[in-house]
This record gives sequence, C-alpha cells and structure tokens, in this order.
Amino acid sequence: MPHIYCTGCGNGTVINCTLNAVNQMGWEPENTVFISGIGCSSRAPGYIITDSLHTTHGRAIPFATGVKLCRPDLHVVVFTGDGDLAAIGGNHFIHACRRNIDLTVVCMNNYIYGMTGGQGSPCTPLGAISTTTPYGCDEAPFDLASLAVAAGANYVSRWTSYHVKELTRAVKAGLETPGLSFIEAMVQCPTGYGRRNKLRDARLMVQWMRDHAVLMKKWKEMEAEGRPLPEDKFPVGEFVRRYRPAMGVHEE
Amino acid sequence: MTRLEFWQGNIACAEGALAAGCRFFGGYPITPSTEVAEHMARRLPKIGGTFVQMEDELASIASVIGASWTGTRAMTATSGPGFSLMMENIGYAIMTETPCVIVNVQRGGPSTGQPTRASQGDMMQCRFGSHGDSSIIAVSPASVQEMYELTAKAFNLADRYRVPTFVMTDEIIAHMRERIEVPDAVEIMERRQLEKGTLPFAAGADGVPGFPTFGQGHGVHVTGLTHDEQGYPSSTDPGVHDRLVRRLVGKVEEARQEMADYEVTNPDAEVVFISYGSPARPVKQAVRDMDDERVGSLRLRVVWPFPDFALQEFKNARVFLVPELNLGQIAREAARHTAVPVVPVPELGGELHTPARLAGTAEEYL
Ligand SMILES: Cc1ncc(C[n+]2csc(CCOP(=O)(O)OP(=O)(O)O)c2C)c(N)n1
Ligand code: SF4
Repeated sequence: MPHIYCTGCGNGTVINCTLNAVNQMGWEPENTVFISGIGCSSRAPGYIITDSLHTTHGRAIPFATGVKLCRPDLHVVVFTGDGDLAAIGGNHFIHACRRNIDLTVVCMNNYIYGMTGGQGSPCTPLGAISTTTPYGCDEAPFDLASLAVAAGANYVSRWTSYHVKELTRAVKAGLETPGLSFIEAMVQCPTGYGRRNKLRDARLMVQWMRDHAVLMKKWKEMEAEGRPLPEDKFPVGEFVRRYRPAMGVHEE
Repeated sequence: MTRLEFWQGNIACAEGALAAGCRFFGGYPITPSTEVAEHMARRLPKIGGTFVQMEDELASIASVIGASWTGTRAMTATSGPGFSLMMENIGYAIMTETPCVIVNVQRGGPSTGQPTRASQGDMMQCRFGSHGDSSIIAVSPASVQEMYELTAKAFNLADRYRVPTFVMTDEIIAHMRERIEVPDAVEIMERRQLEKGTLPFAAGADGVPGFPTFGQGHGVHVTGLTHDEQGYPSSTDPGVHDRLVRRLVGKVEEARQEMADYEVTNPDAEVVFISYGSPARPVKQAVRDMDDERVGSLRLRVVWPFPDFALQEFKNARVFLVPELNLGQIAREAARHTAVPVVPVPELGGELHTPARLAGTAEEYL
C-alpha cells in the first residue's frame, strides 16, 4: 500500500494496534468513524476504509464532538499527534476531557513536529535538539496522560510502539470505556527526532523507549517510598479508569 | 395558516432554523448574537436536537461541520471576532463541500470594536476571508420576518449547493422586535444523497456531488487537502487542483441567476439605491417620502453570489447610491459590474442612515 510514512516510523504500529483493538470489539466498519487533525499521525484515517474526516490542524476533537453528539451510535476514534493535540489543539483537548465526551483519542507522541520537518513540540524533552531548538529545548514538556487525568477523562493510559500487546489492550479498554479515553502512544520518528538526537536508527529509538519506560506499578511504588523518580524515565500503563458521567454515550 | 408573534430578530433567526430542520447548534457566546444560542439551548433538547456550548468559535464551527457529516442540519451564530476565528474551518467546509449555516450578527470592528452597535463590516470577509479561491452564499435579512425566512432559506441553499451559507445580519435587525407571521411549515429541500457505487466527489452536470452521509456504509474519506473524485489526497497534481477549485467556485458562480433574490422599485429610475440588511429600511422610507419615479431601489436578499445582472434592470440609471454600514464594501462590488457611477454612502458607528439624509443625497443627483 502506498503511504507517506518514512521507513522506521512508529505510526504504522499504532495504527495496527488500534485497528486490531477495533476488530476485537467486533464493530462494523460502517458504524466506525476515524477523525484526525493535521500531521503525519493524522494521515492515519486515509489508510482505513471507513467514513473518516481528516480535518484542520488541532481541531479533530471538536469535529468529532459534532459527529458523536448527532450520532451517539457511531464509534468515533480520533488520531492525533503531540503537536496537533497539545499545542494548537490544547484547549480543545482539555475541554473534551472535561466534557468527558465518548471518544477514543489515540495520540502518537513522537516528541516532535514530524510533518513540517522536525520542529519542537510541547512534548519535546528538555535539552532535546529540533530545528527550532537548535541549542536544546529549554521549555518543560507536557505530560499528556497526566493532563488528561486532571482534565477529567474517564480512561487514560500510556504505552510505546515497543509495547504492541499492551498498547492494543489499552486501546481496547479505551473503546470499551464510556466517556473520553486517551491513549498516549510514544512512537519513534527517526526522521524528525531520532536523527538529531543520537537515535538515528529506528531500532535505537524503540530500544530507548523500552529502556526508559517504567511500569506504572513500579513507578507508584517508587513514589510511595519517596524514592527519586529518574528524570529521563517515564511511567507506562493505566493512569486512570473511572466512570464519571459522560456525554454522547450511546444507550443500547 | 400562520400565527402572529412579536419577536426579536435573533429569536426569529433561531426559530427559522428550527423550522428548517436544524437539529444541531454549536456556539460560543458573543454580543450581539448570543440570543440565538440561548434560544437554541432552550429549544433544541425539547425536539430531539443537540445544543453544545463549545470552548471557542474554532471549535463551534468544527462541531457544526462534524454534525453535518452525520446528515444533520447544523448551524452556529457569532459576531466579528468569533467570525474571524472561524475562517480556517469555513475554508475546510468549502473544500469538503459541507453544508452548514453560519449566522454573523455584525457589530462594529476592527477587533473588539463596538459589541452593541450595528455594522456591515464583514461582507467582504464572508466572501473572501478564508484562504484560497472559493465562493460562498450569503443572505441578508432586512426585517424580523426575513430573519426567519432567510435563515430557513440558508439551509436549503447550503444543502442544495453543498456550500457554507451565511446569514449576514446586523445588530439592528438582530435586536429589534417586530410583528412576524410564522407559517406552519417552511419549504425544505433535502440534501441529495450520494448514489451507491458512484464516487463521492464526482460532480454531476450541476457541479454538486451527492452527499455521502456518515454511517451508511459509503466508507468515504473526507479531507481538506486537494482530493480526487474518490476523496483521496492528490495535492501535487496541478490538474486535479485546478479542476477541483474551478468546480467549487463554478457551482456557486454559475447558479447566480438561480439563487438571485432581490426587490426592484421604480425600474425606470435615474437615481437608484442599492441596499441589503438594515439600511434597506431607511432606503424604503426615503423612496416613499420622495415619491418621485426618478428615484428607485434595488434591495438584495441574497448578496453573495452578487446578482450583477440586477443592475441592468435599471436602464435609465445615471447613478447607483449604496448606503452601507461600512466604508463601501458592496458598493465596490457593484462598481465592478456597471459603467454607471456607483457612489458609496457610508455610515459608521452603529447608527442607521436617516431617510432624510438619504433623500438629500438622492436630490443631489437628480
Ligand atoms: C493552522 C496550521 N498551522 C500550521 C500548520 C502546519 N503543520 C502541519 S503538520 C504540523 C505539526 C504536526 O506535528 P504533530 O501534530 O506532532 O504530528 P506529527 O507530524 O509529528 O505526527 C504543523 C505545524 C497547519 N497545517 N495548520
Ligand atoms: S517524519 Fe517522523 S512521524 Fe512523520 S512519517 Fe517520518 S518518521 Fe513518521
């Protein structure tokens, strides 16, 4: 299949995991809609044969809100990137979590703006090099999963493109949970990020993610014991699963 | 049967939308449009529709476009600053041929300007505000009655041509109260559906493809990128882009005659007012007061596409006078279509022209 992704890009893995989860739900293609913003990650719906909206940069969630509120019986999945979701779309993101609208939002976080050529994003780690942070990023990155929890989403988890099985299970859990589900999938972008940050090879980036991901249980233990949390590591797993009142939920 | 009501313009706008079958409203409060949203918030849930107050105007228009793809008639209402924020997604609606209705209750600008004062300063922004070549449809009511009728009509035009359609009203019409005759039903033109087995963006002879409503198994990919007839991105081929943009513009421009909706008074006149929206009211009064067949008027109910041929109805015209609540936006458009001099009669600050002032201006040219 012709596609726009670079060799070694992690987005394909996340699309596969998501489609796998959707398949496991047994949803009919005609009742499932994929919606995205702009960026490499947001091209995902173009490779899926269902109704889909490839919208404007940052705005996928409000488009999805209109679809879901008019047709609660449709399953709506949003694909987005870290720039799309957290920079230009940051306000929409927190408000969708607050409304707790019944969408599943899958964010492919590659710490960078891939499509426009590797500029810094709100998720670029401190010190990392991008075309707009040539001396190292000096702004603290967003923790998207924690942001979603604080803003009110019902289901939040984070995995990486290394954790294929876990990621698939997480998306499925998100699809099953009423209200807003947010799945952050850390992915390698060898072209925009890796190349400039000594992770040129996609494999190296995946290994880096594997080695720096700490399972949620362990992370919480460390927190509870007051042990210092390593700065370059990040927790993966389920952040929250709860059943607060949600909008746009289909009643059978 | 009709029933009589004494309504504010904004209420008539909301009721006209509901009568036309609008079942989704996504909006963000802004003076002087807010009563439209508040009325929708009261009414929609009771008739199986959805009201949602979004976090801003970018989200409002986005939600309206999303709603429209489910086959729902959807609308938003705003004013100057909010209208500016909507522009990118309005372009998306144009590119993806999404029917939707955008009400702009115009107020004084630029910037935050005069929130409680009328203006017609956004006429060109609605026509050209979004990037790229495009064409849109705009109606402009001159009474509370027309707020009802033209809002309902806007939905039909939007669905018929699959183009975002604007109700370009102003603070005066929106906030005045008038007697209105509310009909039992309004004419509703259904959105023509895509036939199974045909390409979703392949247009027929009239340039308007059938609509592939979501959830019916069309599996349609909708993108704001330049797309082929199947709907898939094809953004580097000059031919594909040229064909698409020409069709999007052409389907509106070529229907000028079909869409035209205007009122002619004294076609033999030598001095002719061109008006739309609230200034049409003092024009009517001035023409009546002058009681002189050499003074006539052309009143536009559909402003975009501009009915250029309507100017030709005045064979003896020596001058066109265009009273507007701006510095001459539609006057400039009119001047493009006639060799007869076109003179703007601007009024800024929120006050309407007085009939006496207009009569005085007409006198100067008699
Ligand atoms: C309003 C607007 N501003 C800027 C752009 C240019 N732009 C396209 S993609 C993109 C960033 C995408 O980054 P991200 O969301 O992280 O996705 P990725 O490509 O990394 O998957 C930008 C800034 C745009 N399309 N629209
Ligand atoms: S630029 Fe990065 S995110 Fe975009 S396709 Fe290439 S590797 Fe993937």
